Amino acid sequence: MIVPLSHLLVFASVLFALGVICVLIWRTNVIMVLIGIEIMLNAAMLVFVAGSYQWGRADGQVFALMIIAMTSAEVSLALAMVVYLHRRKNTVNVDEFRQLRDR
Amino acid sequence: MEQTLFYILAIVTVIATILAITEKHPVHAIIYLVTSFFALAVVFYLLAAPLIAVFEVIIYAGAVMVLFMFVIMMLDQGNPEEARCPLLVHCLPALVLAGIILAALLLLLSGRSTPVAPIGGGSEKRLLDVADFAITLFKKYGVAIEIISMQLLFAIVGVLYLGRRRKP
Repeated sequence: MIVPLSHLLVFASVLFALGVICVLIWRTNVIMVLIGIEIMLNAAMLVFVAGSYQWGRADGQVFALMIIAMTSAEVSLALAMVVYLHRRKNTVNVDEFRQLRDR
Repeated sequence: MEQTLFYILAIVTVIATILAITEKHPVHAIIYLVTSFFALAVVFYLLAAPLIAVFEVIIYAGAVMVLFMFVIMMLDQGNPEEARCPLLVHCLPALVLAGIILAALLLLLSGRSTPVAPIGGGSEKRLLDVADFAITLFKKYGVAIEIISMQLLFAIVGVLYLGRRRKP
């Protein structure tokens, strides 16, 4: 054990808090909101890998791999949606997107 | 040695993330984030997860961040004059939340920490290697691989639907 588990958990929670703060500060810019979500998912991955290391089982690493796959799918969809919304309204400000109607 | 390396990498990750979320220029924010992900990948390597470290570099720092960069450049969001600065009203709940989380962490660290018991009573510790990871992944969670592949397929279909060219 190179470091105690509590230090790893503190590190991961600091990263997660930074992701939440990024989402809260940049609420108007949808790209920065997505970056905040990335940071939060990374913190969750760190907790999974730390648990896997602490108890010597590979299940945590498997779930970290699932998080990676989920993130790549989520980011590709979300960025495609950002491009689509930018094509419609010519902005990435979240406050401009308030209707669900398709044209 | 490894302990020192871990603390250095943790500090690098946190500082790079702080710089990324306070940066007004989106391209610079992406570069800082790539730095943070590289440091985090080395942390994963130290935690006996070499495959996760490699995937972190290839998929996160490679593919996802380049995708972000591509979209930022394509939508011409790279100039900081146009990017609206966040108002103080927006920063206030974030600062309150940061204070609460920091206070909770300090409270948690100052208290007496109880040692974590190993699962199953196994007292001997052995490091995981790639073979353990592969056996767990393909024997125990074989269905999950199928679910991931279906999820990626759905993502492809959704992206193709969103990106199709519409007739005016």
